[in-house]
Amino acid sequence: MMRWLSQSFVPVVTIVVALVAIWYAVAIPMNSARTYMMAKDDVEIAFSELVADTWSQKKPQLPLPHQIVAEVKKQATFSWIWKEKRRGYKRSLIYHTWVTLSSTLLGFALGLGLGVSLSLAIVYSRVMDFSVMPWVITSQTIPIIAIAPMIIVLMAPLGFTGLMPKGVISMYLSYFPIVIGMTKGLRSSEPILEDQMKTWSATAFQTFWLLRLPSALPFLFPAMKIGLAAALVGAVVAELPSGARAGLGARLLVFSYRSETIPMWANLIAAAILAGLLVVSFSLLERTLNRRLGFRNAGEASS
Amino acid sequence: MSVVSAQGLSLTYPGNIEALKSVDLSIEAGEFVSFIGPSGCGKTTLLRVVADLEQPTGGTVLVTGQAPEEARQARAYGYVFQQPGLLPWRTVEGNIFLPLALMGQNRAEAAGRIADVLKMVELDGFGTKFPWQLSGGMQQRASIARALAFDAELLLMDEPFGALDEIVRDRLNEQLLELWRATRKTVLFVTHSIPEAVFLSTKIAVMSPRPGRISKIIDNPLPADRPLGVRETTAFLDVAAEVRAALREGMDE
Repeated sequence: MMRWLSQSFVPVVTIVVALVAIWYAVAIPMNSARTYMMAKDDVEIAFSELVADTWSQKKPQLPLPHQIVAEVKKQATFSWIWKEKRRGYKRSLIYHTWVTLSSTLLGFALGLGLGVSLSLAIVYSRVMDFSVMPWVITSQTIPIIAIAPMIIVLMAPLGFTGLMPKGVISMYLSYFPIVIGMTKGLRSSEPILEDQMKTWSATAFQTFWLLRLPSALPFLFPAMKIGLAAALVGAVVAELPSGARAGLGARLLVFSYRSETIPMWANLIAAAILAGLLVVSFSLLERTLNRRLGFRNAGEASS
Repeated sequence: MSVVSAQGLSLTYPGNIEALKSVDLSIEAGEFVSFIGPSGCGKTTLLRVVADLEQPTGGTVLVTGQAPEEARQARAYGYVFQQPGLLPWRTVEGNIFLPLALMGQNRAEAAGRIADVLKMVELDGFGTKFPWQLSGGMQQRASIARALAFDAELLLMDEPFGALDEIVRDRLNEQLLELWRATRKTVLFVTHSIPEAVFLSTKIAVMSPRPGRISKIIDNPLPADRPLGVRETTAFLDVAAEVRAALREGMDE
């Protein structure tokens, strides 16, 4: 506990305090334009008045931390479960975060499936090795924002609307790091170990299961973390052109039309917290697995 | 019947690199044969051909009376590589169990055998450790235990102690000799150390490069019972001198 306090807590808090201080300082000049615009021409504005105004505007250029926190507090309610059923828009940040999370998770699951299958095909088939990789890379050079509407339009006649097209768009971003990481991982086993398996007449499946797959895990996990973050970006972007009324992306669009910067930032913060939670929970899973597999870098216990 | 025999064995790599050229060899059961020579003389390649890890381009090889591929599928040999080659995510026991598992044994059936081979290489008590928790010498011993696990009559060892320091190496040489005397397995042992070859072997095959071939086979007259001190005797030094001379001759040709 003491170690945690001195090694992590103090530096982290220092950095956060510094960032918040810079944030408040920068907000004064950034938000001052509106203050001067609203003031009468011949009135001199004192610095204290300027500060007070720039830190409390309704639609500031740069919302301040206390405004965002208040907004998050106000919107992060569970009341949508029993209220607001009839209203066009649900306001709860938690509800919209859940909507985005569901398509993130679907997209990530699809991306993981596609990524792992593609890398298996690449590693075990020469033809796939030569033919698939260029397409995989090409797929990532096309901006997702350009492809997203097409996916929605193309999937609608097939009967897929709502969650599924959003999941597919999310998959499009998240499968890429997984293909790259898994392919590298499946090829990472040392030649000597492959030879060793051969001397025991191991079948191709035994070599895969007992040697290649475990060798690939240290590559797969970081790839999955990147894929997870990418899936979240995909899910947010997918909500923009789909006419979705729910989800962090859809809300961002609505608030940006109305220049409501504070709720926009609240949404951004929600997305950031979601990404952080997803990645952290994955890291914990990775650490548990590494411990069970006895890897050396399985955390502090073995160092 | 010889355990390993080769007639006119050749292996030419693409680009006309003659790794092995017309190698004739006959190794009887219970012999300990060292292959010694400068790098590039094909000693590792020869061992890999016997293990069916490389395909010869000419001549014939028989391993325990069968083609190398059949011998491999029959698990007729255990192979010890230059590096320990232990799977880092398996314990020592788990690593030794691996070839047994591939043969269809379950953990309970294998437990006795695993304990036996661990004792043979003096690693009892280390079974539940992970490879990174062991020193290099202990890892190599675990690797030897694994090669012994399924009790093949033939043991192929490719410079197993090459990466270890001399003190550890001496100790492992002694242990290996004891193990060989106890089990009387046929051993093919690749090395580039003259003292190691003379200390361990009943026969020393001196190899020379370009093209890789066996230039001389020297019978070792030393008695089977050899304490480490045998290396200071004149008999030992005579054999070592003979090997050295043969090596030099092979290079000059």
